[in-house]
Amino acid sequence: MSRRFSPKVITANALLEGDVVYLTADDRWSRRPSEAELIEDEAHAELRLLQAQRQAHLVVGAYLADAKAGPNGPEPVHFREVFRARGPSNYRHGKQEAMDV
Amino acid sequence: MYSYSDFDEAFVRERAAQFRAQVARRIAGALTEDEFRPLRLMNGLYLQLHAYMLRVAIPYGTLNTRQMRQLAYIADTWDKGYGHFTTRQNIQFNWPKLPDVPDMIDALADVQMHAIQTSGNTIRNVTADHFAGAAADEIEDPRPVAELIRQWSTDHPEFQFLPRKFKIAVTGSPNDRAVTRAHDIGLRAQRDGRGRVGYEVIVGGGLGRTPMLGQVLRPFVAKADLLAYLEAIVATYNLMGRRDNKYKARIKITVFENGIEAFRDAVEERFAQIRPTFTGIDQTLLAGIEAAFAPPAFRDAPTEGYEAARARDGAFRAWTETNLTPHRQPGYAIVTISLKAHGTTPGDATSRQMRLIADLADDYGHGEIRISHEQNVILPHVRKADLHALYRALVPEGLGTANAGLLSDIIACPGMDYCALATARSIPVAQGIATHFRAAGLEHEIGRIRIKISGCINACGHHHVGHIGILGLDRAGVENYQITLGGDHTENAAIGEKIGPGFAYDEVVPAIDRLLRAYLELRLGPGETFIEAYRRLGPEPFRAALYPADAQADAA
Repeated sequence: MSRRFSPKVITANALLEGDVVYLTADDRWSRRPSEAELIEDEAHAELRLLQAQRQAHLVVGAYLADAKAGPNGPEPVHFREVFRARGPSNYRHGKQEAMDV
Repeated sequence: MYSYSDFDEAFVRERAAQFRAQVARRIAGALTEDEFRPLRLMNGLYLQLHAYMLRVAIPYGTLNTRQMRQLAYIADTWDKGYGHFTTRQNIQFNWPKLPDVPDMIDALADVQMHAIQTSGNTIRNVTADHFAGAAADEIEDPRPVAELIRQWSTDHPEFQFLPRKFKIAVTGSPNDRAVTRAHDIGLRAQRDGRGRVGYEVIVGGGLGRTPMLGQVLRPFVAKADLLAYLEAIVATYNLMGRRDNKYKARIKITVFENGIEAFRDAVEERFAQIRPTFTGIDQTLLAGIEAAFAPPAFRDAPTEGYEAARARDGAFRAWTETNLTPHRQPGYAIVTISLKAHGTTPGDATSRQMRLIADLADDYGHGEIRISHEQNVILPHVRKADLHALYRALVPEGLGTANAGLLSDIIACPGMDYCALATARSIPVAQGIATHFRAAGLEHEIGRIRIKISGCINACGHHHVGHIGILGLDRAGVENYQITLGGDHTENAAIGEKIGPGFAYDEVVPAIDRLLRAYLELRLGPGETFIEAYRRLGPEPFRAALYPADAQADAA
């Protein structure tokens, strides 16, 4: 019995800055997790991942990460993805420095 | 200290130029990430959770003041104004941007520094006792041997693709401050029956997912034989080490699976073959290096002012009790500058702090700086007469914390706040423990203790050899922390024992609180340290303190 597919976003690090980025439905790489495309279909997720991995001139290490729908868009599920979406906990650096997260 | 030869200078400049071209080709799209990744790792450039990270080697932990100021400049120009000193005597910059990294590498080369072989399956930065050249208990300064090993291992053509990374540590003192038994090769200075200095060679130590203490391969190797003997060990490992399984590829597994005798036989056979090819050039080099490490011109100075300052300034007195180590020169002391102010990130220094340390090293410390594997900064040669002025300059910049060797002098790896490999956070756990016990006012009463925290099983935070070790794991999507007790990082090295189930993130500080309050109840007196009490009593009373509900259930 196959398990139900849990929703995903595609995330990676930007080639030049290393910053965490998310693939949007209109094929941009956004710095904001809330702008990510929330993918609820497994076949579509695999296709989108292949498309993301072909953009090696823009990003490094694209992968599928669990996410859930939130009031303002997709939100991370695992704590690792929460930190990636926010920045480190010892300084207000990274995304939390640049935007209200 | 050692200064680059023309050969070193040309080599580092050439590598910097090569890397600049490699980065340009990656950005232009001529190199894929799969092609570029090994090239950037050869130059110490990682991609972490939020950004790239550049790991710069500080060979045997020794820096001059110009180098320290340059690290501050790099932090300000291309990073966020700070750097992180690591347990391998490296410094890591957490926020470089890829197009800037070639400029950072050039800036490092300007002060004879680089990031070569700070990653990859090569011989990594050679570490050493951070009190080298100053310690009262020292047989010889281990840094000339460490520098010889650095020159030999850098770009060594046979050892660029070892089965796995390879770490060498050297101590010149019987009191082991370099954790030699937790390294692939550990070297300890010894005297033979005729008083000549050589090195005990320990092999097969390592932490990580399979912690093992190194075993003595040869109790004494004369210095004239040392480099050939090391080459024989690494060559033997290069052939005998496993390449089929990353987790069984370290030399500790090679030694464990083959047995120390079989490994020793293979090394000795290889040594017999290659020893004649070492014709003595290495010894000529070593003599030149030893001259470069000649101690500074120590000056006699009266120490009455020091005693008077101690008598009238209680905070200074407290600092001298924890942060000084005996120097071999009368009238001098070794100063540990704590990078562990309560609530800060262990091992982090701002550019402003780096510049102050450089200035103070020039004013009071013969221009010498060391970085310890315990993530503190050492001024190895300070006249006691200057200690009060030094202390008063450190305090306003957050560098005067009197906690070296105490509870808040915690080793912590970057953990999941930065590291792509981490399974949980380390830094906030260290911050939480330090601030909790300061608020409770118990730190000085608890006395000497080593807490070491790793955010994953790879054990960069040395948790296995902490008196209290804390290992952060991911248990079903939640941070969970395993506690080990009874580890020891010294010449009496020991791997700590896992005591029971792990604790949730919020439960760690209360658990450590119960544990240390139990210690205060159980100890024979203030003279019995935590580790001594643990050795006397065994784990049971400490387990009962960590898991009070279990203890009650057992009693019922």
